[in-house]
Formats: sequence, structure tokens, C-alpha cells
Amino acid sequence: MTELAELESQLVGAVEAAPDEATLDTVRVSALGKKGAISERMKTLGAMSPDERKQAGQALNALKDKVAAAIASRSAALKEAGLEARLATEFVDVTLPARPEMQGSVHPVSQVWEEITQIFGDMGFSVAEGPHIETDWYNFGALNIPDDHPARQEHDTFYFNPKQDGSRMVLRTHTSPVQIRTMQESDTPIRIIAPGRTYRCDSDQTHTPMFHQVEGLVLDDKTHLGHLKWCLEEFCKAFFEVDAVEMRFRASHFPFTEPSMEVDINCSWEKGQVKVGVGDSWLEILGSGMVHPNVIRAGGLDPDQVQGFAFGMGIDRLAMLKYGIPDLRAFFEADLRWLRHYGFRSLNVPTLAGGLS
Amino acid sequence: MKFTLKWLKQHLDTDATIGEICDGLVGVGLEVEGVEDQASALAAFTICKVKEARQHPNADRLRVCDVETKDGLVQVVCGAPNARTGLVGVFAAPGTHVPGTGVDLEVGTIRGVESAGMLCSERELMISDAHDGIIDLAEEFPIGMSAAEALGLDDPVIDVAITPNRPDALGVYGIARDLAAKGLGTLKPLDVPDIPGGYKSPIGVDLRFDGEDPLPCSMFVGRHIRGVKNGPSPDWLQRWLLAIGLRPISALVDITNYVTFGFGRPLHVFDANKVHGTVHARMAEPGEKLLALDGKEYTLDETMTVIADDNGAEGIAGIIGGEVSGCDENTTDVFIEAAYFDPVRTAATGRKLNVITDARYRFERGVDPAFVEAGAQLATRLIMDLCGGEPSELVIAGSAPLNTRSYDLRKTRVRSLGGIDVPEARQVEILTALGFDVTDNGDVLSCQVPSWRPDVHGEADLVEEVCRIYGLDQVRSEPMQRTHAVAKPVLTIRQKRMLAARRALAGRGLNEAVTWSFLPAAQAELFGGGQPELKLANPISVELSDMRPSLIANLVAATGRNVDRGQAQVGLFEVGQVYAGDQPQDETLRASGVRRGQTGPRHWGEKARNVDAFDAKADLLAALAVAGAPVASVQVVQGAPSWFHPGRSGTVQLGPKNQLGWFGEVHPRVLDAMDVKGPLVAFEMNLDAIPEPKSSRAARPPLDASDLLPVRRDFAFVIDADVPADKLLRAARGAEKALVSDVSVFDVFEGGNLGDGKRSLAIEVTLQPKDKTLTDEEIDAVSKAIIASVTKATGATLRG
Repeated sequence: MTELAELESQLVGAVEAAPDEATLDTVRVSALGKKGAISERMKTLGAMSPDERKQAGQALNALKDKVAAAIASRSAALKEAGLEARLATEFVDVTLPARPEMQGSVHPVSQVWEEITQIFGDMGFSVAEGPHIETDWYNFGALNIPDDHPARQEHDTFYFNPKQDGSRMVLRTHTSPVQIRTMQESDTPIRIIAPGRTYRCDSDQTHTPMFHQVEGLVLDDKTHLGHLKWCLEEFCKAFFEVDAVEMRFRASHFPFTEPSMEVDINCSWEKGQVKVGVGDSWLEILGSGMVHPNVIRAGGLDPDQVQGFAFGMGIDRLAMLKYGIPDLRAFFEADLRWLRHYGFRSLNVPTLAGGLS
Repeated sequence: MKFTLKWLKQHLDTDATIGEICDGLVGVGLEVEGVEDQASALAAFTICKVKEARQHPNADRLRVCDVETKDGLVQVVCGAPNARTGLVGVFAAPGTHVPGTGVDLEVGTIRGVESAGMLCSERELMISDAHDGIIDLAEEFPIGMSAAEALGLDDPVIDVAITPNRPDALGVYGIARDLAAKGLGTLKPLDVPDIPGGYKSPIGVDLRFDGEDPLPCSMFVGRHIRGVKNGPSPDWLQRWLLAIGLRPISALVDITNYVTFGFGRPLHVFDANKVHGTVHARMAEPGEKLLALDGKEYTLDETMTVIADDNGAEGIAGIIGGEVSGCDENTTDVFIEAAYFDPVRTAATGRKLNVITDARYRFERGVDPAFVEAGAQLATRLIMDLCGGEPSELVIAGSAPLNTRSYDLRKTRVRSLGGIDVPEARQVEILTALGFDVTDNGDVLSCQVPSWRPDVHGEADLVEEVCRIYGLDQVRSEPMQRTHAVAKPVLTIRQKRMLAARRALAGRGLNEAVTWSFLPAAQAELFGGGQPELKLANPISVELSDMRPSLIANLVAATGRNVDRGQAQVGLFEVGQVYAGDQPQDETLRASGVRRGQTGPRHWGEKARNVDAFDAKADLLAALAVAGAPVASVQVVQGAPSWFHPGRSGTVQLGPKNQLGWFGEVHPRVLDAMDVKGPLVAFEMNLDAIPEPKSSRAARPPLDASDLLPVRRDFAFVIDADVPADKLLRAARGAEKALVSDVSVFDVFEGGNLGDGKRSLAIEVTLQPKDKTLTDEEIDAVSKAIIASVTKATGATLRG
């Protein structure tokens, strides 16, 4: 065995025997460092003849490469072993609970507000609003409900105390005052919905002193009952996410529409939950009609030039029907258990493209 | 309004079934609220006769009856004391469900004797509470006949809801008219008798008013009838009245009820011998008292109309008669009153006195002004038929307030407004059947409105009449024109902000509540409300008396309720209106939230802490950011409205006059007053205070990101404790705007060797070089500039 072969065997042996990175580094220095065995031999090359130098240089370089490769390999092996050893000691019980985050929710009334807006927005309706504290005129007079009209008694109105001039403000009993405000502020054609809070002095199992309505108003020069029926059918199909719904118009009376009708949709009841669009029971969902000429006049428009329909329906009731919520009163009690159960995730935003529920 | 099928058929000649009639009623707008049909409920019960009743061999109290039934001779064991040979009763065969016991009958053996059916009591049929014995009919009826028919219970009762515009449908006759127009039969001509009087009425009538407009009573018809005998009314009348929920009293009283419900024409009948002088209508004297037929004494005022004689008020006009002059079983002479009272005044009086009667209900909606005399004549005929007697001539004061009017109905209008194609001939037919006097005038039908329809005031009403009778089920859907191929956005900036704030707050772990717009006065006052113009005059309870001045109050109350239910950590928010006054501009849209308790539940790896003002601040700033407020340029200043903790609350504003919101701990006194335990923090954001965005461009400015690494330097300053940190941060930021990209506080320290009234703020400043790496000299220069700027602005010293 030549001297170099012996050296190689010795160095590679030392590399492979190195138990840790520090020892390995010592070996590296002893072989490849400035004063290392291979480096020392490299220094002798200068004194050699060219031929000798070429031969010995090649041999030394080969040895250097081999030792360096051995070091790299050993280093990698040591690192791997070190990691394995560390990992063997590192452990968490992943079944422990993650750090808690509070889960927020959106109220069903808000969710349904957005659903309704999506549907009617697609049909070209914008969203109008009006104050909750209204004048008698906006809430009644302009809507063809004169003083002493028996219909006033049926409204269970919340009143404020009379002012010095004898007038008194009311809490709006319906969203219909927004019809008048819209007519006063806009030109025809008009297509609006007006969702919002409404108030009646009434409280029992199925009535709360505050509830939510959505008003609809279409005014132009040609809209008639057929358009109303279409509009409501399309709304109900989209809202209840069914392919078809049967609709029944029942003649009724509202002072602000003429003709007036109540609207039922077909449904079936199973275990107290309603299914819309199937079955042969009828479910009353709203009141509607053609806007009364006196109301158009009160809005500052000419009933000989302008006609159209209006409707009003309960947002809370729509939410109850769609989402199987049994009790209206619970909507307004802010019971966290209820809010979490019937509420919606913040990112569950209803869209027509993605679906409403 | 209730009526029976037989009563309806008194006026309507029809073969329609009860189902068809109900569908027709619903169709024309007379909503059927219920039908009681005992004939079908009792269909299984039939007439039987006991051929022989003998003692049960094994039981003293039982009898064994051989009963002739529709199924032949049947043996029944019966325990009723009145079971006897020859009894005509009601039989239920095995298999019948007995409503009064809830049991399905079976053939059984009672004490060793087979029993194949039952002889029924009235309670078992649920037609009365009588259970002393089995039904024992006085007359003979054919074996197997329907028991309901034999008992006179085969007349279904229909209950309809009458909308306030339809006083004409508050009488059975008016309902029959609608159904006839609908095609469900023929309206029988109304036979109003013209009964001449045999003598001059000893009692006169008079209207005594002094310029009231409109006349409180515009017509008064009276008639004296002598020699009547007032006993019970006949069975048919008693049955009809009972069926619609009225108690038969005597023939005279029952007749007035019959005319009220049959024709929508309320009447009053005085005992003529208790009347003194001329019966007249006048305004009541202030404080005048009347003992009414309901046994109550009413105190009247000068806005009310009374019917009076020389003794004083004898009745409240259009509402209720008086006790003193009422009829009883001894009445021999009567005086009929048929009058027309002003609807508005009648309604106002009724409301004031809080008395609801069948008469008021009709007068305030408007009775047929052309039917006053007819009402008196109908009553005369019935009194003569049922009570005998001789009528006087009519006495009449005033005249019928007929408001005759005509409207043109364009022949195309039913189509263009109602969306239904109704043949012209059918339009005429419908209107005529409803009583309109229709004249064809080329393009229009001129329609004179019948006297009983005070609700018709124009062409739209005529369209409604045609549509409701022709059938709204004939309306065909017609698509509305789509305004844009792809729908345009419709929400306003304010609405979008509302939605964004809501979703953001829910995303931050808060649960959205919707609470009342009102609250108790005491709570309103705690939150700056309670103004007189925001107090309801008629609150539903004292707990809901004032409009809310802030959303926080209700959220705090709701938090308390949830805590009481065992929810220690509560996070609630609401987006809604608050009220600073009663004008539209006083209503503002707010988003508020509360957090109560700890930041989270107890956890093995992370220690929860009590919520503090900075939790509320984070919520507020997050909501402001998504709502589009310029959060980079807002000021946060110490202090907030009085319902916040004075030292642990802040206001976010664009300037002193443009406050966007408040946050902090809720004042301990407020929590104490509302009996809610903290820690509890809250914020409120005024969505209406956020300025409109300046630019609506969708495109963003180009990204300005440097490839050079940022440099970070820490500084610790000692400042007076009352200098806001924000001031120091602004000074640091402003020292070298081109280089300083961020300043953050990483430590706040008070006490130690700093001395009283001092604190230390440690900040990290990030320098972002733009076009070349900063040299050490440049970094030193910036550092010096920062220290100088901070020192100058705040009096701070660099901590050694």
C-alpha cells in the first residue's frame, strides 16, 4: 500500500468514525486545513519536476476530493441523526384543543335583508329608506287613510305626545311612507324596495311591538296586476329556492291600493315545518295591489299618467318560513344561544351567483 | 261576521255546495275565517227508537234496549235513567267516533249482555253539556234520519272577515249580492213591505242640532206599534241567532238583531210607554249620564250624539240603547227607531267610551243611507208577524244623506290596470249585479254608485269591483321589462357600509343582535336620551317607553340577560338606528358592540385576560376601516360621552366637530344602574358621520415597494404621564417623512425609578430606504432628527 493510500484509509476512517460534528471538524482541519495532512503534501509539489508534480498533484487532488466527499457525507449523516434524535424528544398532544376564537354571527333578519336585496336588485329595484318616526301625514294621510278611517284603529299605532300645534308624530306602522318619500324625490319609472323596522302597539305569541317589513313599489306608465304577479312569483321562487311556486290572489282591502289583494303561496306542512312550492295548503305571505290614485297624487305624481303596484311583506316572517325558526319573539331577545343557532357565518354572504342560502 | 247557510239562502237562490260558497266568498274578498258544519261532524249519528227497554239481568242501573235503527233492530245496553220504551233518540253504531268521549265504539259485552251501539246524550255529541240522560226527542222522526237535521243542527255557520271598506257586507243580504254577482246563484228580490199606518204616532221625532256639520243624525224614522205581545222568538230565529253567537232575548230584541245582521241595518225598539214626549236626536250635555243596555253607566260629553226624550238621554246614537226605555216581557206598545248617524262621530264616540257594539260597528263604517225607512218597514212586518200589534203611520225627521255619484270606467281599463281580459258584457253584468247603474257611453261605461257602497270613489274602484268578482285567479303573470342585461348595482354607499360593518364585526367574533328601538326611560337617560319628544304616548310597557339614544344600552341589557343565563363571555353587536330627536335628520345609523368578561374561555395554552378599552378600540377601528372611514388620518382623543368610564374611554374623530365613534369601558355607575357586572367594554360608530369617499375609481395607484431592506431602530422616551402616546408617535413619524415608514409602541412602563407622573414609552421606528442603502451616518442623522422632533413636541427625554 502506497503512502497516499494509507493516508486515505486513515483519513476516511477517521471521518467515518467521527461521532459528532465537532470531531468531524477536527478531522477536516487535520486533513484539509492549512496545516492538514493533505495541505502539507500539496506544499511539497512545488519542489517537484513537472512530470512528478503532475502525477503527484493528480493523486493528491483525488485524495482531497475523496476526503471532502467523505466529510460531506458524514456531516449529512450526522445532521440527519441529530435531527432524528431531536424529533424523538419533540412531541405535543395534538388532541389538546386549539387556541379559542370567538365565533361571530349575522342575525337572520340581516341575512334575509341581503337575500331580498339580491333578488330585487337583479330585477332593477333599488333600496330606499325612510325615518321610523313619521308624521301622521306620511304614515296615514298620504296613504289614503284619513283621520277617523276605521283602518287607523286596526294599525295599533304608537304615538308620541302631541306638539303645541296638536300634531303628533307616530312610529311608522308600515314601510309604506317610504312610497311617498320616494315619489317626492324621484322621477318615474320607479322600482324600489324599502326594507326596515316597523312598529305596532301589539304583543302576543305571534306579534311583537317591532318587526321588519319590506315594501315594494313600481311606478311607470304601464305596470299592471299581471306584472305584480310575475314579480312576486319570481321573488318567491328565488327566495325559497324552488323551481315553481303557485300563487293565489285573494281580493282584500288596503286603503293605499286599489284593487287590493292578499297573496298566498302553496306549501305543505311537515312536522311543523313548511315547504314552499309543493302541496296544496295556502300560506299568506303579503298584501299588495295597484297603487291608489290618491296615493300617487299625494306623492306629487299624476295618476292619469302614472300607475303601478305596491306590496308589503314581513321580513321576520320570511326568515321564519325559510329557515324554520319557530318563534318571532325570540328574534329580538338577543339570547346568545339563539343567535349562534339561527345566525349566519360572517362569510356566508348571499349572492345570486353563489346561492342565497 | 257570521251567518248560517239557511240564512244566506233566504236571499240567495243557489244549489252551490258549502265548499263552493266558501271558495266564492274568498274569491270576492270576503275572507272565510271558519265554517262550523255540525251536519258533517255528526253524520254518523242517526235517529232511532227504543222498541223495548227492560231491566238488565245483572245490573240494577242498566237497561237492555231493543232499538230500531237504520241497520235494523239492535240490542244496546244503556245506563241512562231516561232510557225507556218508546223513546226517540240518537243512535251511534259500532265504529263511530264519539266526539264527547273521544272513544271509537265497539261491540261489547256489558255485565254479560252484548251491546252493539250507543244511545247518545247531548254531551256525547258535544252539542251541549247536558248529560243527565240520553237525548229524548219530543217528536217522531223517521228511523235513520240524520240526527243533526232532527236536532236542527244541519245549518253550517260561516264566519267571514269583512274589510273596513265593505259595510254593505255586514248584512247577509249584501253577502248574497256579492255571491250572486260572482255567479253562485240568483239574488232573491228584497221584499220591503209598504205597511200603511192605522193611526197617527203618539210619539213624534225631531232632530235638534245647532249647525253641526255634517249632521250627527241626518234622518230619523219612527213608528209606534200598539198591542204587541213580547215573548220568546220562534225557533228558527233563535237558532240563527244562537248559531252566530247571539243570545236570544225576546222577540222584539231578536228582531232588531235579525235586521242588523240580515240587512246591516241597526235599529232600536223602545218600550213606548216608558218614553216621554218627542224622541229626538241631539248633542249630549257635558257630563250627561246614561245607563245603557249593557248595564254600564256612561258619562257623555258635548261631542257625542244621544237619542233623548223629555226625561233625558235614552240611548247613545248609533251605539247602544238605554236601560230605562228598553223592552221587556211586559211591553205592550213599542216605538221603532231607524236613523242615520254620522260615521265619523259615531266612531269617535265609540272609541272615547270604549264600547263596541254591532250597531257601532256598522254605523261607523257607513250604513246604507237609502235603507232607513226600509229598515223600519222590515221591522214593522216582523213585529206584526211575531208579536202582533197595530202600526201607526211613520214619523220622519230629516232626509237620507244620499251622496249620488257616477264614475266613468274606460272599457280598456280593467285590462290595463287589472291585467285581466274581461269581456265587456261581463263587466256590465258584474257591475249591474252589484247594484251599479251602468250606462254604455262609447269608450266608457258610466256607473252610478249604489247607495250602500260608500267605498267607491273612482275608476280604480270600479276596476277592483270587476276584478274581484270576475276572479283575481284570472290574472296571468306578465314579465316586467328587464332594465339592464346585467343588473346594475343598487345599494347606496351607506347601505354598503352597513353591510360591510356588519360582516366585519361578525368576523371579529361578535354575535349580531336585533334589539327593540325603545327602552325604559331610566336607561334612555343614562345614555343621553329621555327627551320628551322621544317618549311614546302609549308604550306597550314601561320597559319600552323611550326611543333609544344609543345602541349600547340595549346591548348592555342583553349582555346582562345572557350573563344571568350562565354565559360568562359575551360579545354582541347591533347595526341600527338611534334617535336624537323626532325629525328624519335626527335618526342616525350606528354600529355598536359590547364585549364582556374575558377575551376567551380558560385554555391550557393561553391565558385569557379581562376585556379592556383596547378591545373595543380594535373593534371600532376595524368597523371604521371596512366602512370606508379614513382611518389613517383619524384622531383618537381621550374621553367619550358620559356613559363611558371617564378615564378609560376615547373618541375617534376627524375633528372636534366630526366624531366618528367612541369606545371604552362602560361607566361603572351605568353598569350598576342596569345591574350588569363587568368587565364590560363597548363602542359605537356613527355610520352617517363617515365622509363620502373622494374617488370612486376602481384602479389602484402603482405599487411603491423598495427592493432595499428596511432598517429598524428602537428608542425609549420618558415623558409626562398625561402626554398622549399618539402625540409622541406623530412626532416620530413626522421627523423624516421620506424615510420613516412605521412607528410602533412595544413597551409602556410606569413607576420604578421614573418618578411620579412620568412614564416610559419604547418605540420601534422602521426606516425604508428608497433608492440606496442607508449609511451609518445617515441612520444616525435620522435618529437624531426623531429624538429632536419628539423632544420638541412632547418634552420627552431619551431614556439612558
